[in-house]
Amino acid sequence: MTNDIETIHAEKGNLRWAISDVLTMARRNLLAIVRIPTALVFSFLQPIMFVLLFRYIFGAGAINVPIPGGYVNYLLPGIIVQTTIFGAVGTAIGLAEDLQHGLIERFRALPMSRMAVLAGRTVSDLGRNVVVLVIMTGVGMAVGFRPHGGLINYILACLITLLFAYCLSWGFAFIGLAAPNSEAAQAMTFPLIFPLTFASGIFVQVSTMPGWLQPFATYQPVSEVAKAVRYLMNGPNVILPHPGNSVWIAIVWSVGLIAVLGPLATAKYKKVA
Amino acid sequence: MSEFAVEATNVVRTFNAGSVQALKGVSLRVPRGEVFGLLGPNGSGKTTMVRILSTILAPTSGTATVDGYDVVTQPNEVRRRIGLAGQYATVDENLTGLENLRMIGSLNHLEKSFVLRRAKQLLDEFGLNDAANRNVKTYSGGMRRRLDLGAALMARPPILFLDEPTTGLDPQSRQDLWSIIEGLVEGGTTVLLTTQYLEEADRLCKQLVVLDKGTIIAEGTSQELKTSLGATVLSLTFHSTQDATRGLEIIRVISAKPANIEGTVVELTVDGGPSSAAEALRRLDAANVALAGLTLREPSLDDVFLSLTGHKTEEEGPATDDASTKRPVRNP
Repeated sequence: MTNDIETIHAEKGNLRWAISDVLTMARRNLLAIVRIPTALVFSFLQPIMFVLLFRYIFGAGAINVPIPGGYVNYLLPGIIVQTTIFGAVGTAIGLAEDLQHGLIERFRALPMSRMAVLAGRTVSDLGRNVVVLVIMTGVGMAVGFRPHGGLINYILACLITLLFAYCLSWGFAFIGLAAPNSEAAQAMTFPLIFPLTFASGIFVQVSTMPGWLQPFATYQPVSEVAKAVRYLMNGPNVILPHPGNSVWIAIVWSVGLIAVLGPLATAKYKKVA
Repeated sequence: MSEFAVEATNVVRTFNAGSVQALKGVSLRVPRGEVFGLLGPNGSGKTTMVRILSTILAPTSGTATVDGYDVVTQPNEVRRRIGLAGQYATVDENLTGLENLRMIGSLNHLEKSFVLRRAKQLLDEFGLNDAANRNVKTYSGGMRRRLDLGAALMARPPILFLDEPTTGLDPQSRQDLWSIIEGLVEGGTTVLLTTQYLEEADRLCKQLVVLDKGTIIAEGTSQELKTSLGATVLSLTFHSTQDATRGLEIIRVISAKPANIEGTVVELTVDGGPSSAAEALRRLDAANVALAGLTLREPSLDDVFLSLTGHKTEEEGPATDDASTKRPVRNP
């Protein structure tokens, strides 16, 4: 047997290999979603349950938002944002599992790109979120969601949702790396995810909340993103006659988050793995 | 090209800001084309050493080269030349066997066509053909370990690190892995193997070092280690356990080295070999204690370890005797 290193190693530039590594890792993560029943349920079934819950139980009369088309038009843009944020928990769990099982050790002994583990994880989340957005749009239409903002704005709204979720998933990557195991990782994301998605304008108008909660619920990033997405999907309307700077604020939040969370997660990865 | 496949000089590694010293200045040289053993109990620093040599962990001080490349300054060159397989069979449970190998091949930056060919070849060689398209979740421990080794071999690395490759395996799976390792070495691969099984080191390793608490306490061939004891084991079988106990009292004066009693068998490490045996016979005869059998044997690595460290290996291999029937004579 010859051990000629050069003959079997393909020659490509560093950047091309880095992209190839990220895609290899992302593909592997996506396969796991399809193969683990609980992952499949949490990724795709849970969001649908949420739509049905708020559309037909809480939204049938208990929650009132004076918006043309009814509560469903208020709910859907918000729940799309919520779903992509809930999905990022998968980043934390997946990374914690890889650490726990020693897979990251193996990756570190390979001549692969150093950032491919984290980037692959967040990119697979992005891929899953694209599918989630398509499903949510379909389900939303089926339960009466009628966006009036036009196709271009709808796509723009989806892109902003994806951008924000992608940037936020670096924070969840950090949690996954800091957690001792996957169960703990899941538990650690909860106290973060709940206030961000529920103390927000996703399901109800912030003005109906107690006074002390309103400042947080109004200005926290998820509310800002939901506001931008809602405006783009629904077009100008009674409760949101003009978007103000909400689209820009959503983008600034996203970029700001990744600027902080990206280096944080990368530093943690270097330390723990 | 360096003469040695692996060379480590004064490798120190501390954890928790220096409060834990996992390695306290370890130097070793692994010649090409053979199995080199890193023997030691749990916590002796074996795994830390392998992690340093495979670029996963940086040494606190000291240097190490693999195939002539520095593990700290040229990690990618090192990574292209090594394979790593370990006790925790690090394969992805959610992928099939074939998908695992293809993923590792791709991350090794190998030619696409080579990856598929090599993956199929390895699955075939390791008896995993029928399970190739099954999720690894359904694999047995032995199958996982073979797949893990297959993943380490995807890039045909000239140097292979095996961290306790057979820990926790049943005897048949162990034998299978040993044969595979022997086959690899015949093909020219250098293997650095850590183990706490003395039997494994004895069977596979040409040269070995014994690690205890982060320090090398002995090195050489397993034969050299045994003879360095300068001792032979005198094994006497008596007709009854009472006779055995009496017999040991009588012959204990012959040697100050370790002795063991186990049922009707007394084992005494002696310097003289035949002359000690003759002496034992004379004394037993004079005391009228009859013998059922007598043998002189070379010390096993178990004996070596015991006399080097003062303690036994923490986890004993399945081949060693049941501890409950064994009682040390020195500390009753």
